Amino acid sequence: MTPIVEARGLTKRFGTVEALAGLDLTAESGHVTALLGPNGAGKTTFISAVATLLRPDGGELRVAGIDVTSEPQRVRRVIGLAGQFASVEPAMTGRENLEFVGRLFGLDRRGARSAAAAVLDRIGLTDDANRLVRTYSGGMRRRLDLGASLVGRPQLLLLDEPTSGLDPRSRIELWDAIRNLVADGTDVLLTTQYLEEADQLARDVVIIDRGRVIAAGTPDELKDRAGRDVIEVRPRAAGDLPAVEGILTAVAAEAPRCDLDTSRVSVAADGGADQLTVVVRLLDERGIAVDDVGVRRPSLDEVFLTLTGRGAAPSTADHADPTSDAA
Amino acid sequence: MTTLTSTTADTVMPLAARDAGAGFLTATGQTARRTALQYLRTPQLLLMPPILGALFLFIFRYIFGGAISTGTDIDYVDFLVSGFLVQTVLWTAMNIPAGVAEDAASGVYDRLRSLPIPRAAVMAGRSLADTALNSWAIAVTAILGVAVGFRTHADPASIVVAFALILAAIYAFTWVFISLGLVARNAQAAQAMATLIVVPPTFVSNAFVPIDSMPGWLQDFAANQPVSVIINAVRSLMLGGTDAAGVGHSTGYWVALSLAWCLGIIAVFSGLAVARFARTR
Repeated sequence: MTPIVEARGLTKRFGTVEALAGLDLTAESGHVTALLGPNGAGKTTFISAVATLLRPDGGELRVAGIDVTSEPQRVRRVIGLAGQFASVEPAMTGRENLEFVGRLFGLDRRGARSAAAAVLDRIGLTDDANRLVRTYSGGMRRRLDLGASLVGRPQLLLLDEPTSGLDPRSRIELWDAIRNLVADGTDVLLTTQYLEEADQLARDVVIIDRGRVIAAGTPDELKDRAGRDVIEVRPRAAGDLPAVEGILTAVAAEAPRCDLDTSRVSVAADGGADQLTVVVRLLDERGIAVDDVGVRRPSLDEVFLTLTGRGAAPSTADHADPTSDAA
Repeated sequence: MTTLTSTTADTVMPLAARDAGAGFLTATGQTARRTALQYLRTPQLLLMPPILGALFLFIFRYIFGGAISTGTDIDYVDFLVSGFLVQTVLWTAMNIPAGVAEDAASGVYDRLRSLPIPRAAVMAGRSLADTALNSWAIAVTAILGVAVGFRTHADPASIVVAFALILAAIYAFTWVFISLGLVARNAQAAQAMATLIVVPPTFVSNAFVPIDSMPGWLQDFAANQPVSVIINAVRSLMLGGTDAAGVGHSTGYWVALSLAWCLGIIAVFSGLAVARFARTR
């Protein structure tokens, strides 16, 4: 089966900044692929190239088997784009926004009207459809933006940081909307800075740094590669801290870390869940009451630290964001 | 439930439509409508240009007007209003770049560029909507001109030609300011640049004062720049001939020269705007 997105040795330079430095990537059809990386890693540049908004300097890029550089107009019929900014018109209603995009996709008036109604239903905005978008909340705008990219029934949906800046509830609502799409057979390529988001939505995660792919795999595979799990215990009484430390020492191979300020003891644990079972049993046997106990998987920061030797803080290549040149 | 939704969507989306996006006319009409709705539903955008125009008109008619001599038999109010209408075109168009820059920054243009439509249509739609807004401001200004005492004895046909010429000027200058909005980094920069482009040709012109009242070194620019040329055409059409308007050449000469300017501006700046919008970086 033709991969929905296939990039080989993709390069793009903005002045002195190498935004894409020989990026290789294959996204299979049938599920969500997440591009994960810090600001300036090249995620937006890559999405823009797939969306035919910018031309790579070198390398090869195909969407559903179509060459992006030589046949951009054909690619545009396959894709739907929702950007970092909610690019909907505040002076139009939700319905008008969707009908507008529908008409541009070549639907007639009636077709656009029913396509808009179907999409409104799917993104849960039917009740607010006739309100001007300027009265919408940030989360509603973002959902409408997602909806706008769906009106043309794209084969591939491109989402550039779809949930950045949203509150937790709006984020979860948007995640649900994206999951429903995938269930209906739309392929999704999304960028995110959050490991959690990639974890929630994607089957394949591609980690990008400085314009290159530095790791790819399922979220679990990446976390396994990125670092070990940590068992963390927070006893109810601070006086139990030494006892907890003793238990963790007995279970783990290394010396545990005790943080007196937050009353937590933690230790790296290769055995993950199995070791946690032992810890919980020992705590119970000694009658130590705990507020919290669990296995914590590595965070994006830790993944990055392991894979790149530095944190996921915004890099100096931040200005590689091509949208800054769009104005 | 999921299956049901997707079946519905399949029926509403004919297969053929998926293979072709909107054509040039549909895309132009849709993007024009979008910008027009922005104006209609944001009363400030709709009302500020005519209000600003009225303010300027009153200032020149009643404050500076008394001290300005036209150097001919023409009443100052007739001299003023016939020129004022043309220079108002630029003042109204001054709002365009900020709107364009905002669309570019908000990601709307990225979405439109990612759609299977002719990219030139997006700019064509924008220019039509802005021409409509500007025409409305000019219509209000013309009515106010009559209200402050402007009278014409020209034949109706000349008046129609005068307004047709103003419409051509509106369309031409719309492209200048759209281009400006596309090259500006943001709305604020666009606004500042627009002011810089509007002030010299509107004031260093024959809109408010006769050009012979200016120092010699200014007269060449003042007399030959497009705003003055179009004003000469409109003035002589509205005031009943070049002698009455005191503009030297014949009315036909000024109209032809004005049209040449408008066509030239449209050719250069629509090309620039479309190329800039459609370019794939």
